[in-house]
Formats: sequence, C-alpha cells, structure tokens
Amino acid sequence: MKKIYVNEEWCLGCHLCEYYCAFANSGKSNMVSALKDVKINPRIQVEEGKDVCFAVNCRHCPDPICVKSCIAGALSKNPEGMIEINTDKCVGCFTCVLVCPFGAIMPNDDGHAIQKCELCTKNGNGTPNCVAHCPNNAIVYEER
Amino acid sequence: MKYVIIGNSAGAVGCVEGIRKTDPEGSITLIASEPHHTYSRPLISYLLCGLTDEERMKYRGNSFYEDNNVDARLGVTVTKIDPAAKTVTTDSGETVSYDKLLIATGSNPFIPPMAGLDSVEKKFTFMTLDSAKALDAALTPDSRVLIVGAGLIGLKCAEGILDKVKEITVVDLADRILPSILDKDGSDIMQKHIEKHGVKFILSDSVKEFDGGAATLNSGKNVDFDVLVIAVGVRPATALAKEAGLNVNRGIVTDTKCATSDPSIYAAGDCTESLDITTGENKIMALLPNAYMQGECAGINMAGGEALYDKGIPMNAIGFFGLHIVSAGTYDGDEYLETDGESYKKLVTKDGLLKGFIIMGDVRRAGIYTSLIREKTPLDTIDFELIKRSPQLMAFASDSERRGKLKIKA
Repeated sequence: MKKIYVNEEWCLGCHLCEYYCAFANSGKSNMVSALKDVKINPRIQVEEGKDVCFAVNCRHCPDPICVKSCIAGALSKNPEGMIEINTDKCVGCFTCVLVCPFGAIMPNDDGHAIQKCELCTKNGNGTPNCVAHCPNNAIVYEER
Repeated sequence: MKYVIIGNSAGAVGCVEGIRKTDPEGSITLIASEPHHTYSRPLISYLLCGLTDEERMKYRGNSFYEDNNVDARLGVTVTKIDPAAKTVTTDSGETVSYDKLLIATGSNPFIPPMAGLDSVEKKFTFMTLDSAKALDAALTPDSRVLIVGAGLIGLKCAEGILDKVKEITVVDLADRILPSILDKDGSDIMQKHIEKHGVKFILSDSVKEFDGGAATLNSGKNVDFDVLVIAVGVRPATALAKEAGLNVNRGIVTDTKCATSDPSIYAAGDCTESLDITTGENKIMALLPNAYMQGECAGINMAGGEALYDKGIPMNAIGFFGLHIVSAGTYDGDEYLETDGESYKKLVTKDGLLKGFIIMGDVRRAGIYTSLIREKTPLDTIDFELIKRSPQLMAFASDSERRGKLKIKA
C-alpha cells in the first residue's frame, strides 16, 4: 500500500504540510477562509530539532494497536490496509491517543472524537494534500 | 478444527479475529448469555447521555458473525465445561464439543452485603446494556440518585445520567475518587472538576444501612434517594473455570500464550490474570484493549499459529465532563511532575525505564510514552530530558532508530 513518507534531509521544517492538511480537511474551498485566524489542528505534525526536521502522520501500521484498543469498534483497517476512523461510532475516549506509538492520532476540534490521517481519501482531495504542496518534495506518497 | 468461545465481548471478538487470521475454515461456535449483537460495554454511559445509540455502539458491524463464519448462540448460557470429554453444556441442555475452547466470561458486578438492601425498591448495577436500560427507565427529572462507588464505573454512570436527574450523590469508602487509575493529586483535581458539574461526593464513608429510600452512613450522615446504583467493583467470572479444575487465583491464570492450565483451554479478558510487565506480577487488568489483545493472541494460538501476549500493562483513557485522563503502567519509582492545578502530568521511572504515567488535560501524543513502557525502552538510549516535557519522536536521537520507526530511507 502507498503511504506518506518524509525524507528528513529535505524537510525544511516550514510547516506548510500542516496548513495544507488543515485546509484539505476544512471542507472549505478557499484557503484564506479555511485558515485565517484559525488555530489549526492538522493530522500531520512537524517535529523540529537542532539538525533535523520531519513530519509525522499515521503510519497505517500492519498490526495496528489503535484498532485493537478502540473501545467503540470505531477504528478499522480497510481492505487496502489504511486505518480508518468512523467518527459516528467514536465517543472520544482517546484510548487510541493513549496507545499510538507515533502520537499520530489526536482529538478533533470539538473534542468529541478523534482524527487521523486517512490519506485525503475522505475529504474529496483524492491525493494527499501535504504531499502535493511540500515545496521541497520532502514528503512523498509511495510504496516501500 | 472445532473452536468454542464462551463470551461475546472484546476477548471473544479478538479470538474470532485471531482464529480467522490463521484458520479460515475451522468451525467457530460462540455462546453468550446476553442476547445482543456484540456491543461495547464501556459505551453504556455514552448511550444514556445520548452520545451514541444501540446501533452505533455495536463493537463490530451487523455482518460480523456471518463474515467470520461464526455460529453465534446468543442468549444461551454455558453451565459446565467438561475438560476430559472436551465439551461444554448449555442451559438449553445442549452439549457442544470443542478441540480448543476460549473462556471470555468477563466480570460481574460485586454487591457487598449491605443491611436493608432488600428494602430498596429501585436498585441497579451498571455493567451491561440491559442494566443501563433498566436504570434509564427508572430515572425521572426529579430523581435523587445515590451511587455507591467512586471508581470508573460509578463516575461514568454519574456523567451519563447527570442531565436526566435532579441530583447525584456518590459515596465511597476510599478517601479519594478513581484510586485505580489516579494518585492523590490527580484524584483531587478530578474530584473538583466533577463537583463543579454538580455531583456531590461523600468520601471515607460507607452505607451502614438502607431503609427504603434512606441510607444511613457509618459517619451518621443520612442520604435520601430515589434510585440506587451499586458500583463498588467487579469480580472475575471464574465459576466455570473453577468447576472445570483449571488453575484459578482471583482470576483464571493464563500464560503469555493466553493458555490456561489445560492446554486445550484458553482465556481472555476480565476473567483472567495476566502478566503486568511493569511489575512482573500476574494480576487482573480488566480493560477492554487488553481483553481484545488477549483474545486475539489466544485465537492465533488456538488455530496453530504463534502469538505472545507479553506486553500487557494497566492502561486507561477516560474523560469526565470534558477533562481527559490517560494513564498507564504503575507508579512506583522516581517522579517527574508538572501541574497547574487543573492539568496534571506525572511520569514515573525506575531501573532506567519508564514505568508509568498519569496525564490529565492535554493528552496529545501520550502514546509515545505508552510505547516506551510497553517496549521497555532504556531511557539512556533516548533524549529523556526532551521527551519528558513533551512526547515526541525527536527524542529517539539515534537516526537509525527514528528512521526505522518512520521507515525513512537512510
């Protein structure tokens, strides 16, 4: 399955991926109205160190502890291997936040459910927006 | 191969999915006392406050049994296990034979002997869908509710019904709330938060006697109530295992393959004792994620595959009125503390390992800490000064380790 990967040596730590993620999942068609004066809550997060920067989002683990731990049966692995969240079933207990070893699942804006990267398959974007707009091609979408 | 599963909650579902990873063909018979499609027990409080409904709280989809080719006998109770004949007998008089058996009977609410309890007309426990619906039906906007027990079940019940009733009083013998997951400071913060929402607590006290709708406490206080909820704790449902001669302490003793003392019989979930890797002790960890992982491990092994359940730790994520707690592991060791009176964070280290934590408030990325406990990551191999302030992968300072985790090309 194709996943999103970051090439550390190319990542500038510019955080644009976070803004494009938030925009793609905002449901809005205009980036300004989607993001202006908004504290963004993206599904991809950049970590910045002294010598290195990288972005982290869901790794779509083959043996996903979040799915096994979900108390509501709201997380599942689809036939392609992508980990999906059913927000209708999610009650926002945050057990998945407690167990994700990558810290890649987070509360959504209203705090009543979680959100995670679903590879822009559900927001109408089609292909991952963070990948499409990384200015340095540091984020790629490929099989490994 | 013939598999029989007793139970229909997380351990049982994990077992079905574990078996089917390894053996798509063998026959699976699942027998459970409750008549319902598999549902998430911890969601019953969310059901009562309207954040879910009976359809959405199903733990797996409607076609789960069909998709996994499971013969589900719901509303049927197993009355006996005969390990010599490898059969189980049900209350309908049927005998079902097995090659491999899973016991996932869960736990039952514990009701301590309390004087005058028989005189209370409306009394409930809060463990199952039916118990939640029975409680709900008894509530009115004028109800004064007395909950005995300030643990996870009692307080989730309080949150679930608070908007439906006039008042809630919670009584507990302990001097603080949620002692199974919080330390004293954390308990104090959460108690104040819950009190702000209108729940009253009477701690370090217990009911001496009931007389209809009046409870006299040992301190001499009186609490008048219309509805009583008993939530003092649960006991593992081990009767079948005991009668079958299996090794049972407080829970059914299981090994890291989730097998019992009988090699053809496995057990998972609240009814078992399993290894807590933070202390090296076998204990009951009645938690849904653990139940699923035990069940899955058992299922794989029952089907001839190889799996180990060897990273078990106590862990809990729960919120009350918008304040979230995540906790994991055990709290014996050196402490790192951050608190501002409303949020709280405590990390506990011992022998160069992270052993446990409690975080209230900002729970983001806490799973990175949980992973350190489960994987027993030596803290001298990471930048602990960095990670203790905020959980992050940058702390895995070794490029190869971080790159391995993220599958980054070198």
